Amino acid sequence: MINRLILENLLHRPVRTLLSILAVAVEITMILTVVGLSQGILEDSARRTRGVGADILVRPSTSQAAMGLSSAELNEKLVDLFDSMPRVRMATGTTVHMLSSNMQTITGVDLDGFSRMSGGLRYLAGGPFEQPFDAVIDEVWARHNKLSVGQATQIWNRDFRVTGIVEPGKLSRVFIPRETMQELLGWRGKLSQIYLKLHNPDDTAEVIEELKRRLPGYNIFSMAEFTSLFSIGNYPGISAFIRVIIGLAVTIGFLVVMLSMYTAILERTREIGILKSLGASPLYIVGLVLRESVLLTLLGIGAGIASSYGVKGIIEEYWPILIVSLHRDWWFWGGLIAVGGAMLGALYPAVRAARQDPIAALAYE
Amino acid sequence: MTPIIEVAGLRKSFRLGRVVVEALRSVDLMVEAGEFLALVGPSGSGKSTLLHILGGLTPPTSGRVRIDGQDLAALNDAGRTRMRKRTIGFVFQKFNLLPTLSAADNIAVARHVAGNREFDRPAFDQILRLLGIVDRLIHKPYALSGGEQQRVAIARALANNPKILLADEPTGNLDTENSQTVLLMLKDLNRRLGQTTLMITHNPEAAALCAHRVVRMRDGRLEA
Repeated sequence: MINRLILENLLHRPVRTLLSILAVAVEITMILTVVGLSQGILEDSARRTRGVGADILVRPSTSQAAMGLSSAELNEKLVDLFDSMPRVRMATGTTVHMLSSNMQTITGVDLDGFSRMSGGLRYLAGGPFEQPFDAVIDEVWARHNKLSVGQATQIWNRDFRVTGIVEPGKLSRVFIPRETMQELLGWRGKLSQIYLKLHNPDDTAEVIEELKRRLPGYNIFSMAEFTSLFSIGNYPGISAFIRVIIGLAVTIGFLVVMLSMYTAILERTREIGILKSLGASPLYIVGLVLRESVLLTLLGIGAGIASSYGVKGIIEEYWPILIVSLHRDWWFWGGLIAVGGAMLGALYPAVRAARQDPIAALAYE
Repeated sequence: MTPIIEVAGLRKSFRLGRVVVEALRSVDLMVEAGEFLALVGPSGSGKSTLLHILGGLTPPTSGRVRIDGQDLAALNDAGRTRMRKRTIGFVFQKFNLLPTLSAADNIAVARHVAGNREFDRPAFDQILRLLGIVDRLIHKPYALSGGEQQRVAIARALANNPKILLADEPTGNLDTENSQTVLLMLKDLNRRLGQTTLMITHNPEAAALCAHRVVRMRDGRLEA
């Protein structure tokens, strides 16, 4: 019965109902999209790192974050040292530097060595480097920058010719010859990181122990350990940003629900008086208002979840390098946040309605 | 037998800014169970205030009020609310139906608020037939005439089988024909169901038509 009353009240004012649902939907979409974008970018980076096919990663002692490496401090001769270790099948080094304009990294590779370790790049068009100033890009980068095989692309104020477009998922979006990057950046004989593939992956822990003894101070990870670093919790800036966005979203939901329910109870003053004259307790009235706000919020959550997929589609269509990863567990957390905010927002109007004098309410025109 | 309504020395005053308005000045009243009492008086005589106090919608300022043996002065707001939903049925001048619900749902809301206690369905269906609204129950108030709305309001007031029915100018918004119909229905229901009925009206003829006893009020007092 009470649910029927609530539903009829919502249908009685369809525009106000729709606007309230829309506000909650915006709140949910903001939360899911921001979290999804953060998780998507990190998950994509982890996936591409795993795509190298290595078991161990060696980095210099000065490297901190999992992403954003932009230096070369490892001696190239370390590759030979690692190759000579009995349990190591092969080692290959890369150089990494930021493309200045947009926080993307360029990777300098020895294409033969990299292909043997990773199983090779899968070419969707064109083929490998032929000249020092050739570049191979992945399909996402090609779409994002509208590049095709044979076109020139600017890297560090130099023209590089795109010779191949590859399937994404292996280490980097942009590859150039390692020697070219070393020459351009003054890193001759230097590497940013070295990947090791073992004969038996079960030896990973022991090999890492041995490497740490031989190379104290170096950052040496198993690939499982390294890719686990790609999580929001390891990036305080991202965590703080997400919290701010969630806070803003909750504030929007709280304010809209409060305003909507406040105008609703003002409009329904006489209705509240009628219910009180029938014997409705203050708790009954509060329950009525809160239930209505929860129903509005649940409808808004559904709409928000649906629209977050729409937003994901738009972002990935127009900005292919941005990956939005929508996780269902955030449907629950986002929903809980929205319901909590809505109930807080509805509390003041609910208490105000419950406290109304029934005689004055019945006389209200 | 103990009267179902006992009022002694009842006073009610309101503060409007610095002015204190005495709406009721030492009212004494006894109403027997099953009696149909009409309260007649001009506007501002205190009739509605007396009804609101008897219905537990507002507390008295001083004096004694006992409803079905319960002392209203000893009850807080929650207590008066409980008393109201179990013992009192209200009929208002402006019908006061919930506009978004059908007639049937308006009646059902009253039962829901009271906690859906035991319900004699056949007896209530008989009341609906007596009120002549059985085929109007699916309609919302905007689709009902004034007389039909008031009859639905009467059905709602009787839904929980209250011991006391309080009617505040039940024909105030009705034409002559519908007024007559509603008054006769109230009289008939009082006779059939044995509920105590207290009706406010400014029309002495209406009072005489259906009430066992007529009491006049003026300036917050009952006239002898």
